[in-house]
Amino acid sequence: MTTADVLMLALGAVAVGAGALVVTTRHLVRAGLYLVVSLGAVAGIFLVLTAELVAWVQLLIYVGAVVVLLLFAVMLTRAPIGAADDLDRPGWPATLVGGGTGLGLAVLLVDAYRWSTVELPEPGTAERLGTEIFGSWVLPFEVLSVLLLSALVGAIAVSVRIPGRRR
Amino acid sequence: MPVWLELVVRVVGVVAAFLVLPLVVGQAEHKVMAHMQGRLGPMYAGGFHGWAQLIADGVKFVQKEDVTPREADRAVFRLAPVVALVPYLLALLVIPLGPNDLVGQPLDIGLFFVLAVVGVGVVAVLMSAWASANKYSLLGGLRGAAQLLGYELPLVLAAASVAMAAGTLSLPGIVEAWRPWWLLWQAPAMLVFFVAGLAEIRRPPFDMPVADSELVFGYMTEYTGLRFAFFLLAEYVGIVVIAALTTVLFLGGWQGPFGDAYLGWLWTLIKVFLVSFVIIWLRVSYPRLREDQLQRLCWLVLVPVALGQLVLTAGVRLAIA
Repeated sequence: MTTADVLMLALGAVAVGAGALVVTTRHLVRAGLYLVVSLGAVAGIFLVLTAELVAWVQLLIYVGAVVVLLLFAVMLTRAPIGAADDLDRPGWPATLVGGGTGLGLAVLLVDAYRWSTVELPEPGTAERLGTEIFGSWVLPFEVLSVLLLSALVGAIAVSVRIPGRRR
Repeated sequence: MPVWLELVVRVVGVVAAFLVLPLVVGQAEHKVMAHMQGRLGPMYAGGFHGWAQLIADGVKFVQKEDVTPREADRAVFRLAPVVALVPYLLALLVIPLGPNDLVGQPLDIGLFFVLAVVGVGVVAVLMSAWASANKYSLLGGLRGAAQLLGYELPLVLAAASVAMAAGTLSLPGIVEAWRPWWLLWQAPAMLVFFVAGLAEIRRPPFDMPVADSELVFGYMTEYTGLRFAFFLLAEYVGIVVIAALTTVLFLGGWQGPFGDAYLGWLWTLIKVFLVSFVIIWLRVSYPRLREDQLQRLCWLVLVPVALGQLVLTAGVRLAIA
């Protein structure tokens, strides 16, 4: 095993462990903080895979913005310190569906790849990513940007109150 | 030089900068503020014009009792000051001091790295605010989070403008591409970046999250001793980081009137301290912005200006290419 393998396994263990804590902890805000750890570990995995830019994007968007918005919303509404007992809801169907999907996907992926190895591509520098996105992937990129734009416009349309219009 | 020795030298250099520069800025703040307000500032500690004041402060902080409120979430409460400090230490790692790799760790996408790690600081604000079990802390933290999230956008957009102009995300690369006429071309971006940077480190006039006249001390209210000192240190390192980034991105970094190759570090340091001086100056001269004014400035002034600058940058780039 190389150093990269060890790092990858360790970071994966941190990501999965923190992810498990997110759903099992009884402390509401701590769950959000565990999510920070989990997503940070995923950024570390990207780094080990030499996808430098993706790693920092992960940090900037997920740790710096998405989780913060989540925590912000939780703290604005209800954020007790200490364990809360009413967080869990008995949901056996949900457990079955979620667990079954997860297990099925895991089996599928493990079966598909077994022990086959893949050569690491060139490091994912900003330059290479730029040429890829604006070269062969320019159409999906544009479609995604239109999708995000329409989501933005939709959010404004939903939240803005125009005087005189019945809602 | 063997690799490990070079690594040790670089790390020691960055840690030294991390420990020395904020203290110099802090002492400068004491003195500059005092003179602007027609008083002397610290005069006793150390003998000569109170030069050892911050060391005395540090000793005092170490001696103080480390209090954790009874209702607080202890683990999160204790971790928050560290989370506040580490991002700035990491940011210092990639800011170049001079040409020829005079930088902690040359990184191909240094600009992106700095913006990403500085953005993590907001987690520390929320952690300290919530874990203190104090409503003033929580209010301060929510204000802080709203402010940091909002101002991150103009900060990133303004930085993107320079990156576009230079055609690289590497901080040394940006300095190399910089030309004096960029001072005019990138002036709006520089203003936006500087103002948004001030808001990012919650310095007056953007200190609504810690507004001492209404929120006691915001998210830092419950902190004492060394942990409080960590927050203060984070603020001063924040000044250094924002000043250094403004220098590197907009003021030409190590480019000076002569001898860039061997005096580059000096030019960088001079510019960093000049920008730090302006940051202190603003604290003394402007009243605190109200929460709604603060958000208004961000969304109605800074973001449109930054977007306009992006269009201008793209236009000029296309014209001269």
